[in-house]
Amino acid sequence: MAKVKGDIVIDIEKCKGCGVCIPACPNDVIALSKNVNGKGYNYAETVNEECIGCANCAIVCPDGVITVYRKKIE
Amino acid sequence: MAEITKEDIRKPENLIYKKTELLTDKALSYCPGCGHGTAHRIVMEVLEEMDIQDKTIGIAPVGCSVLAYEFMNIDMQQAAHGRAPALATAVKRLNPDKFVFTYQGDGDLAAIGTAETIHACNRGENIVIIFINNGIYGMTGGQMAPTTLPGMKSSTSPYGRDVHMMGNPLKMTELVAQLPGTIYVTRQAVHTPANVRKTKKAIRKAFENQKLNKGLSFVEIVSNCNSGWKMNPVQANEWMVENMFPFYPLGDIKVND
Repeated sequence: MAKVKGDIVIDIEKCKGCGVCIPACPNDVIALSKNVNGKGYNYAETVNEECIGCANCAIVCPDGVITVYRKKIE
Repeated sequence: MAEITKEDIRKPENLIYKKTELLTDKALSYCPGCGHGTAHRIVMEVLEEMDIQDKTIGIAPVGCSVLAYEFMNIDMQQAAHGRAPALATAVKRLNPDKFVFTYQGDGDLAAIGTAETIHACNRGENIVIIFINNGIYGMTGGQMAPTTLPGMKSSTSPYGRDVHMMGNPLKMTELVAQLPGTIYVTRQAVHTPANVRKTKKAIRKAFENQKLNKGLSFVEIVSNCNSGWKMNPVQANEWMVENMFPFYPLGDIKVND
Protein backbone atom coordinates (compact mmCIF):
# COMPACT_ATOMS: atom_id res chain seq x y z
CA MET A 1 0.00 0.00 0.00
CA ALA A 2 1.33 3.35 -0.97
CA LYS A 3 1.74 5.63 2.00
CA VAL A 4 1.40 9.35 1.98
CA LYS A 5 3.33 11.96 3.83
CA GLY A 6 2.19 15.51 4.16
CA ASP A 7 3.48 18.80 5.36
CA ILE A 8 1.94 22.17 6.10
CA VAL A 9 3.42 25.63 5.88
CA ILE A 10 1.87 28.22 8.21
CA ASP A 11 2.20 31.92 7.49
CA ILE A 12 2.91 32.77 11.13
CA GLU A 13 2.72 36.54 10.66
CA LYS A 14 -0.87 36.27 9.36
CA CYS A 15 -1.97 33.59 11.84
CA LYS A 16 -4.29 34.98 14.52
CA GLY A 17 -3.94 31.99 16.86
CA CYS A 18 -7.66 31.20 16.95
CA GLY A 19 -6.94 27.46 17.30
CA VAL A 20 -9.81 26.31 15.04
CA CYS A 21 -7.31 24.15 13.11
CA ILE A 22 -6.31 22.15 16.21
CA PRO A 23 -9.53 20.07 16.66
CA ALA A 24 -9.77 19.71 12.84
CA CYS A 25 -6.45 17.81 12.64
CA PRO A 26 -6.91 14.02 12.85
CA ASN A 27 -3.28 13.43 13.92
CA ASP A 28 -2.80 16.25 16.45
CA VAL A 29 -0.03 17.81 14.37
CA ILE A 30 -0.85 21.42 15.23
CA ALA A 31 -0.59 23.28 18.53
CA LEU A 32 -0.37 26.93 19.50
CA SER A 33 3.16 28.18 20.01
CA LYS A 34 4.39 29.72 23.24
CA ASN A 35 5.94 32.48 21.16
CA VAL A 36 3.99 35.34 19.65
CA ASN A 37 4.10 36.88 16.19
CA GLY A 38 4.32 40.56 15.28
CA LYS A 39 0.67 41.14 16.19
CA GLY A 40 1.02 39.46 19.57
CA TYR A 41 -0.88 36.28 18.76
CA ASN A 42 0.30 32.81 19.82
CA TYR A 43 0.54 31.41 16.31
CA ALA A 44 -0.11 27.81 15.27
CA GLU A 45 2.86 25.53 14.62
CA THR A 46 3.51 21.89 13.80
CA VAL A 47 4.63 19.74 16.72
CA ASN A 48 5.20 16.33 15.10
CA GLU A 49 5.78 14.63 11.74
CA GLU A 50 2.45 12.78 11.53
CA CYS A 51 0.88 15.07 8.89
CA ILE A 52 -0.90 13.17 6.09
CA GLY A 53 -1.78 16.23 4.00
CA CYS A 54 -5.56 15.93 4.45
CA ALA A 55 -5.93 19.74 4.30
CA ASN A 56 -8.60 19.81 7.01
CA CYS A 57 -6.69 22.52 8.89
CA ALA A 58 -6.36 24.67 5.78
CA ILE A 59 -10.05 24.29 4.93
CA VAL A 60 -11.25 25.56 8.33
CA CYS A 61 -8.59 28.25 8.76
CA PRO A 62 -10.54 31.53 8.67
CA ASP A 63 -7.51 33.49 7.55
CA GLY A 64 -6.26 31.04 4.93
CA VAL A 65 -2.72 30.99 6.30
CA ILE A 66 -2.06 27.25 5.83
CA THR A 67 -0.59 25.77 2.66
CA VAL A 68 -0.71 21.96 2.36
CA TYR A 69 1.61 19.60 0.50
CA ARG A 70 1.27 15.83 0.12
CA LYS A 71 3.63 13.26 -1.40
CA LYS A 72 3.12 9.58 -2.09
CA ILE A 73 5.83 7.28 -0.81
CA GLU A 74 6.26 4.08 -2.83
CA MET B 1 13.84 3.49 2.09
CA ALA B 2 15.46 6.89 2.06
CA GLU B 3 14.23 9.37 4.61
CA ILE B 4 11.91 11.99 3.13
CA THR B 5 12.70 15.52 4.16
CA LYS B 6 10.31 18.43 4.40
CA GLU B 7 11.99 19.98 1.36
CA ASP B 8 11.02 16.90 -0.70
CA ILE B 9 7.39 17.33 0.30
CA ARG B 10 7.22 21.11 -0.09
CA LYS B 11 7.36 21.13 -3.87
CA PRO B 12 4.87 22.73 -6.26
CA GLU B 13 3.87 19.33 -7.72
CA ASN B 14 2.87 18.12 -4.24
CA LEU B 15 0.70 21.16 -3.51
CA ILE B 16 -2.73 20.15 -2.24
CA TYR B 17 -4.22 23.34 -0.94
CA LYS B 18 -3.33 27.00 -0.79
CA LYS B 19 -5.28 30.20 -0.33
CA THR B 20 -7.01 31.20 -3.56
CA GLU B 21 -5.55 34.01 -5.63
CA LEU B 22 -8.94 35.73 -5.59
CA LEU B 23 -8.36 36.83 -2.01
CA THR B 24 -6.00 39.76 -1.69
CA ASP B 25 -2.88 39.56 0.46
CA LYS B 26 -4.32 41.97 3.02
CA ALA B 27 -4.79 40.54 6.51
CA LEU B 28 -8.52 40.07 7.16
CA SER B 29 -9.97 42.63 9.57
CA TYR B 30 -12.05 39.98 11.39
CA CYS B 31 -11.49 38.69 14.91
CA PRO B 32 -9.50 35.46 15.31
CA GLY B 33 -11.69 32.45 14.54
CA CYS B 34 -14.51 34.41 12.86
CA GLY B 35 -16.48 32.46 10.26
CA HIS B 36 -16.41 35.41 7.85
CA GLY B 37 -12.88 34.56 6.71
CA THR B 38 -13.82 31.00 5.81
CA ALA B 39 -16.99 32.17 4.09
CA HIS B 40 -15.03 34.74 2.02
CA ARG B 41 -12.56 32.07 0.98
CA ILE B 42 -15.11 29.49 -0.14
CA VAL B 43 -17.08 32.04 -2.15
CA MET B 44 -13.87 33.01 -3.94
CA GLU B 45 -12.94 29.35 -4.46
CA VAL B 46 -16.30 28.72 -6.12
CA LEU B 47 -15.82 31.70 -8.45
CA GLU B 48 -12.32 30.46 -9.29
CA GLU B 49 -13.55 26.91 -9.99
CA MET B 50 -16.33 28.20 -12.23
CA ASP B 51 -13.86 30.64 -13.86
CA ILE B 52 -16.31 33.55 -13.59
CA GLN B 53 -14.22 35.95 -11.51
CA ASP B 54 -14.07 38.52 -14.32
CA LYS B 55 -17.87 38.36 -14.81
CA THR B 56 -18.88 38.61 -11.16
CA ILE B 57 -20.02 41.68 -9.24
CA GLY B 58 -20.26 41.37 -5.47
CA ILE B 59 -22.27 43.63 -3.18
CA ALA B 60 -20.73 44.30 0.24
CA PRO B 61 -23.03 45.11 3.18
CA VAL B 62 -22.70 47.29 6.27
CA GLY B 63 -21.41 45.41 9.30
CA CYS B 64 -18.25 43.49 10.07
CA SER B 65 -17.92 42.54 6.40
CA VAL B 66 -18.24 46.14 5.16
CA LEU B 67 -14.65 45.93 3.95
CA ALA B 68 -15.25 42.72 1.97
CA TYR B 69 -14.23 44.61 -1.18
CA GLU B 70 -10.75 45.02 0.29
CA PHE B 71 -10.31 41.25 0.53
CA MET B 72 -12.21 39.88 -2.45
CA ASN B 73 -10.21 40.51 -5.60
CA ILE B 74 -13.24 40.97 -7.86
CA ASP B 75 -15.50 43.87 -8.85
CA MET B 76 -17.45 44.98 -5.82
CA GLN B 77 -19.77 47.73 -4.71
CA GLN B 78 -20.71 48.56 -1.17
CA ALA B 79 -24.40 49.21 -0.50
CA ALA B 80 -26.22 51.40 2.02
CA HIS B 81 -27.22 49.55 5.19
CA GLY B 82 -29.51 46.65 4.27
CA ARG B 83 -29.93 47.73 0.65
CA ALA B 84 -27.65 45.13 -0.92
CA PRO B 85 -30.49 43.10 -2.53
CA ALA B 86 -31.92 46.29 -4.06
CA LEU B 87 -28.53 47.28 -5.44
CA ALA B 88 -27.95 43.71 -6.66
CA THR B 89 -31.32 43.85 -8.46
CA ALA B 90 -30.24 46.97 -10.33
CA VAL B 91 -26.79 45.59 -11.16
CA LYS B 92 -28.22 42.31 -12.44
CA ARG B 93 -30.96 43.96 -14.51
CA LEU B 94 -28.49 46.35 -16.14
CA ASN B 95 -25.84 43.64 -16.65
CA PRO B 96 -27.78 40.42 -17.20
CA ASP B 97 -24.65 38.59 -18.39
CA LYS B 98 -22.82 39.21 -15.10
CA PHE B 99 -22.99 37.06 -11.98
CA VAL B 100 -24.22 39.09 -9.02
CA PHE B 101 -24.12 38.12 -5.37
CA THR B 102 -24.69 39.91 -2.08
CA TYR B 103 -22.77 39.08 1.08
CA GLN B 104 -24.71 40.19 4.17
CA GLY B 105 -24.73 39.71 7.90
CA ASP B 106 -27.80 39.25 10.05
CA GLY B 107 -27.97 42.84 11.27
CA ASP B 108 -27.91 44.00 7.66
CA LEU B 109 -30.18 41.41 6.05
CA ALA B 110 -32.63 40.54 8.83
CA ALA B 111 -33.05 43.92 10.53
CA ILE B 112 -32.75 47.08 8.46
CA GLY B 113 -32.81 45.22 5.14
CA THR B 114 -35.86 43.03 5.76
CA ALA B 115 -38.01 44.83 3.18
CA GLU B 116 -35.35 44.73 0.46
CA THR B 117 -34.58 41.08 1.13
CA ILE B 118 -38.19 39.91 1.15
CA HIS B 119 -39.14 41.84 -1.97
CA ALA B 120 -36.04 40.79 -3.89
CA CYS B 121 -36.78 37.17 -2.93
CA ASN B 122 -40.46 37.55 -3.82
CA ARG B 123 -39.66 39.08 -7.22
CA GLY B 124 -37.29 36.21 -7.88
CA GLU B 125 -34.35 38.34 -8.97
CA ASN B 126 -31.69 36.19 -10.55
CA ILE B 127 -29.03 36.78 -7.86
CA VAL B 128 -27.30 34.89 -5.05
CA ILE B 129 -27.72 36.08 -1.45
CA ILE B 130 -25.14 34.86 1.06
CA PHE B 131 -26.36 35.48 4.59
CA ILE B 132 -23.97 35.13 7.54
CA ASN B 133 -25.99 34.60 10.72
CA ASN B 134 -24.19 34.89 14.06
CA GLY B 135 -27.19 35.98 16.11
CA ILE B 136 -25.70 39.30 17.19
CA TYR B 137 -24.62 42.72 15.93
CA GLY B 138 -20.92 41.95 15.89
CA MET B 139 -19.38 45.17 14.62
CA THR B 140 -21.06 47.61 16.98
CA GLY B 141 -20.34 45.65 20.16
CA GLY B 142 -22.54 42.59 20.44
CA GLN B 143 -26.02 44.10 20.73
CA MET B 144 -29.17 42.00 20.39
CA ALA B 145 -30.14 41.36 16.78
CA PRO B 146 -33.45 40.04 15.35
CA THR B 147 -31.74 36.64 15.09
CA THR B 148 -30.57 36.50 18.74
CA LEU B 149 -31.77 33.26 20.37
CA PRO B 150 -34.33 33.30 23.23
CA GLY B 151 -32.39 33.54 26.49
CA MET B 152 -29.14 34.46 24.74
CA LYS B 153 -27.09 37.14 26.46
CA SER B 154 -25.91 40.16 24.52
CA SER B 155 -24.81 43.64 25.53
CA THR B 156 -28.39 44.97 25.22
CA SER B 157 -30.00 41.84 26.75
CA PRO B 158 -27.62 41.17 29.67
CA TYR B 159 -30.09 38.83 31.43
CA GLY B 160 -30.82 36.91 28.23
CA ARG B 161 -33.40 37.67 25.53
CA ASP B 162 -36.85 37.68 27.10
CA VAL B 163 -39.27 36.91 24.26
CA HIS B 164 -42.23 38.49 26.11
CA MET B 165 -40.49 41.82 26.22
CA MET B 166 -38.07 41.72 23.30
CA GLY B 167 -39.98 39.62 20.80
CA ASN B 168 -39.09 36.41 19.04
CA PRO B 169 -36.09 35.68 16.84
CA LEU B 170 -36.66 35.92 13.11
CA LYS B 171 -35.96 32.83 10.99
CA MET B 172 -35.25 34.67 7.77
CA THR B 173 -34.30 31.59 5.79
CA GLU B 174 -37.56 29.71 6.53
CA LEU B 175 -39.42 32.92 5.75
CA VAL B 176 -37.94 33.46 2.29
CA ALA B 177 -38.38 29.75 1.49
CA GLN B 178 -42.16 30.42 1.50
CA LEU B 179 -41.85 32.96 -1.30
CA PRO B 180 -42.40 31.85 -4.91
CA GLY B 181 -39.35 33.69 -6.28
CA THR B 182 -36.70 31.68 -4.45
CA ILE B 183 -35.38 28.58 -6.19
CA TYR B 184 -32.81 27.31 -3.70
CA VAL B 185 -32.81 28.06 0.03
CA THR B 186 -30.34 26.36 2.33
CA ARG B 187 -28.69 26.76 5.72
CA GLN B 188 -25.08 25.68 6.28
CA ALA B 189 -22.15 26.28 8.64
CA VAL B 190 -18.36 26.63 8.37
CA HIS B 191 -17.01 25.39 11.71
CA THR B 192 -15.73 21.94 10.64
CA PRO B 193 -14.05 20.71 7.43
CA ALA B 194 -17.14 18.64 6.50
CA ASN B 195 -19.44 21.64 6.92
CA VAL B 196 -17.11 23.86 4.91
CA ARG B 197 -17.21 21.34 2.05
CA LYS B 198 -21.03 21.19 2.18
CA THR B 199 -21.28 24.97 2.24
CA LYS B 200 -19.00 25.21 -0.75
CA LYS B 201 -21.23 22.78 -2.66
CA ALA B 202 -24.28 24.85 -1.71
CA ILE B 203 -22.66 28.08 -2.93
CA ARG B 204 -21.59 26.34 -6.12
CA LYS B 205 -25.18 25.20 -6.69
CA ALA B 206 -26.42 28.75 -6.07
CA PHE B 207 -24.10 30.19 -8.73
CA GLU B 208 -24.99 27.36 -11.14
CA ASN B 209 -28.66 28.31 -10.67
CA GLN B 210 -27.80 31.88 -11.56
CA LYS B 211 -25.97 30.68 -14.66
CA LEU B 212 -29.17 28.92 -15.79
CA ASN B 213 -31.30 32.01 -14.97
CA LYS B 214 -33.43 29.99 -12.58
CA GLY B 215 -34.09 32.60 -9.88
CA LEU B 216 -32.89 33.66 -6.49
CA SER B 217 -30.68 31.38 -4.40
CA PHE B 218 -30.37 32.09 -0.68
CA VAL B 219 -27.52 30.53 1.31
CA GLU B 220 -27.50 31.12 5.06
CA ILE B 221 -24.25 30.36 6.90
CA VAL B 222 -24.63 30.00 10.67
CA SER B 223 -21.43 31.45 12.07
CA ASN B 224 -19.84 32.24 15.39
CA CYS B 225 -19.08 35.64 16.92
CA ASN B 226 -16.58 34.77 19.60
CA SER B 227 -15.92 38.38 20.67
CA GLY B 228 -19.64 39.17 20.85
CA TRP B 229 -20.41 35.95 22.67
CA LYS B 230 -17.41 36.48 25.01
CA MET B 231 -15.84 33.07 24.35
CA ASN B 232 -12.72 31.77 22.72
CA PRO B 233 -13.11 30.60 19.10
CA VAL B 234 -13.20 26.86 19.85
CA GLN B 235 -15.71 27.33 22.71
CA ALA B 236 -17.80 29.56 20.47
CA ASN B 237 -18.00 26.83 17.83
CA GLU B 238 -19.08 24.31 20.50
CA TRP B 239 -21.65 26.76 21.84
CA MET B 240 -22.93 27.26 18.30
CA VAL B 241 -23.40 23.50 17.82
CA GLU B 242 -25.22 23.14 21.15
CA ASN B 243 -27.43 26.23 21.01
CA MET B 244 -27.66 27.70 17.50
CA PHE B 245 -28.17 24.49 15.53
CA PRO B 246 -31.29 23.27 17.43
CA PHE B 247 -32.93 26.62 16.63
CA TYR B 248 -31.39 27.05 13.17
CA PRO B 249 -31.17 23.46 11.85
CA LEU B 250 -28.73 22.91 8.99
CA GLY B 251 -29.74 21.55 5.62
CA ASP B 252 -31.59 22.40 2.42
CA ILE B 253 -34.95 24.04 3.07
CA LYS B 254 -36.14 24.44 -0.50
CA VAL B 255 -34.68 22.93 -3.66
CA ASN B 256 -36.59 23.53 -6.91
CA ASP B 257 -35.02 21.97 -9.97
